[in-house]
Amino acid sequence: MNLTREQISDRLAEVGYVADRDLATALWLMAFLKRPLLLEGEAGVGKTEVAKALAAVHKAELIRLQCYEGLDQNAALYEWNYQRQLLAIKAREGTGENADAIEEHIFSERYLLERPLLAAIRRPTPPVLLVDEVDRADEEFEAFLLELLSDFQVSIPELGTINAISIPRVVLTSNGTRELSDALRRRCLYHYIDFPDVDREARIILARLPDIDTTLALQVARLVAAIRKEDLQKVPGVAETLDWAATLAGMDIHELGGEPERVHETLICVLKTHEDRARLTREVTDRLLGRVA
Amino acid sequence: MTKAAPSEPHEGVGVAALRRLAGFSRTLRDNGFRVGLAETRDALSILASPAAARPSALRPTLRALFCATRSDWERFDEIFDAYWQGRGMRRVRALSGTPTESRTSLRRLAEAGEQLQPRGLPDHAEHRSGSVADHSAAKHDRRQGASRAESLEATDLRHIVDPADIARVHALAARLARAMRARLVRREQVRRRGRRIDLRRTIHRNISHGGTPVDLAWRRRKIKPLRLVVLLDASGSMSLYTAFFVRFLHGVVDAFREAETFVFHTRLAHVSASLRDRDVARAVDRLSLMAQGIGGGTRIGESLATFNRWHARRTVNSRTAIMIISDGYDTGEPIQLAAEMRRLRRRCRRIIWLNPLIGWRDYSPQARGMQAALPYIDLFAPAHNLESLGALEPYLARI
Repeated sequence: MNLTREQISDRLAEVGYVADRDLATALWLMAFLKRPLLLEGEAGVGKTEVAKALAAVHKAELIRLQCYEGLDQNAALYEWNYQRQLLAIKAREGTGENADAIEEHIFSERYLLERPLLAAIRRPTPPVLLVDEVDRADEEFEAFLLELLSDFQVSIPELGTINAISIPRVVLTSNGTRELSDALRRRCLYHYIDFPDVDREARIILARLPDIDTTLALQVARLVAAIRKEDLQKVPGVAETLDWAATLAGMDIHELGGEPERVHETLICVLKTHEDRARLTREVTDRLLGRVA
Repeated sequence: MTKAAPSEPHEGVGVAALRRLAGFSRTLRDNGFRVGLAETRDALSILASPAAARPSALRPTLRALFCATRSDWERFDEIFDAYWQGRGMRRVRALSGTPTESRTSLRRLAEAGEQLQPRGLPDHAEHRSGSVADHSAAKHDRRQGASRAESLEATDLRHIVDPADIARVHALAARLARAMRARLVRREQVRRRGRRIDLRRTIHRNISHGGTPVDLAWRRRKIKPLRLVVLLDASGSMSLYTAFFVRFLHGVVDAFREAETFVFHTRLAHVSASLRDRDVARAVDRLSLMAQGIGGGTRIGESLATFNRWHARRTVNSRTAIMIISDGYDTGEPIQLAAEMRRLRRRCRRIIWLNPLIGWRDYSPQARGMQAALPYIDLFAPAHNLESLGALEPYLARI
């Protein structure tokens, strides 16, 4: 059963993810065409959160595969349980079974360890599979992933072909450290996530920190938007905004206007390099603060 | 996965709508989108679905389906409006360079070159500093005009070097690339000796020993190939060499699996995508058109700053060699150049600076820019002819 776009929007809001309309459309389309969704955007705009929210919307399990340089099939697909295999071989040593029979036994399902990709296609109900930062994995892995995403079956030499029990909803994220192949891009639907606008960021703060003052949430969102326009090395993401809002709320501040000192002190929540910290001097902070509060 | 889409997707979709959709796919393809049959078929099934009942929902739906990159994403709305609402149809025709129009092929290439300018990061840079946006838009227009005029009267850059030389440059670039790769690419293999035990294979191998690991299998880490980033100075003072190096860039992009190329004069342009064209002549033409026609000064420092800020994170890592091809005549501030070189040096493995002037007799790096950059350069070498490039080979192989 497919949800309509409105239902997806509503449920995203219920689980605390403030989505724009286009994202809801992309998520609907994902289910309609049964295609994976490729999310791109700057670090910290909430790409991974989308997958978590999607899992919550469909009340499905979230299976996450974090990609890294050198990720191989052993870590992504399956592995044999070597300790148990060794024990099994030892246990059968005395029984006089021949090597072929032992081999057949120890390379059976019982000794197979599922890794994320295999787990994702062997669940009775379709889970959400998050392939995080796929651009960090090597090209070889990308090609392998492409094969899995088109056929949803894997072959394990010792066992044979394993077909998908259910087709997972696949979300891929990329930070653009490497150009992804055309083939993978074409396989996927595409959505570019930008930093949220002030209004949406304020709503995100309110959704995540329900106890916070509405004024404070709006001011923090405006100030972060202004900070993002400064020439920074690392632009603060939504997570940083949330940290900062929580910090300010925790210091019992209800209105930024009267607290330039504490605003400047707590900037460490959003500025994560020495150079950025040095760039946003007290004068700059005061100027930005003057504009938003 | 498309299997799962309704088997008769165009049921209930009128012939007129079908035709319009096919036309839209074609328009997108003309504009450089990667739209295949599968996408068109999926679009049909969307049109047949309840989602099509509300036209406002159609745009985000088709955008998610047809876009594959950020630049697609940013251009989609404009093309969508132009096609479905008839607004700005002429603009789209111009972009697509419909062959029926009576234009010279060069002119179309010039426009294709403009269109292929990197849309991603530099644009982003302009959004951030609002005041720069207008200025750069104006510059953009001016340059478009300039390159059109010049492309019609300028001599074809292909003829500056004769065909035999072209072939040699290509062969050389490929050879350099191979020399580096042969040393650096080693797939992870099961080996007699290594750093880690390959348990999977060890077990397999030792079943006949009752599981006692007599015969060990090892794994060794894969050594990934070096990544090469080339920054080519295309300013007026380099114009004699630009054609030659554009060829070289094409060879590099062709031979390296991980190579990125940039051209700079007063600003920086990412040109890898244009160079990946299979048609060598067209790719080089396109790039030459982009690179030429800039008689103004070079701002090496500023271009490097753009690179450091918007491209370095994506293209540079600890196994990246950066090759800057420039004569070092910088009209910007040497202090900025030095600062950006220092920043770049921290990120990458090696900086190679190729300077065509070194080949000239009695040359010493007196230019202020060159002086400022020297302390951060690992290899400062001549590059005025094929022999000098060939001499780099042993060095590159050692990196």
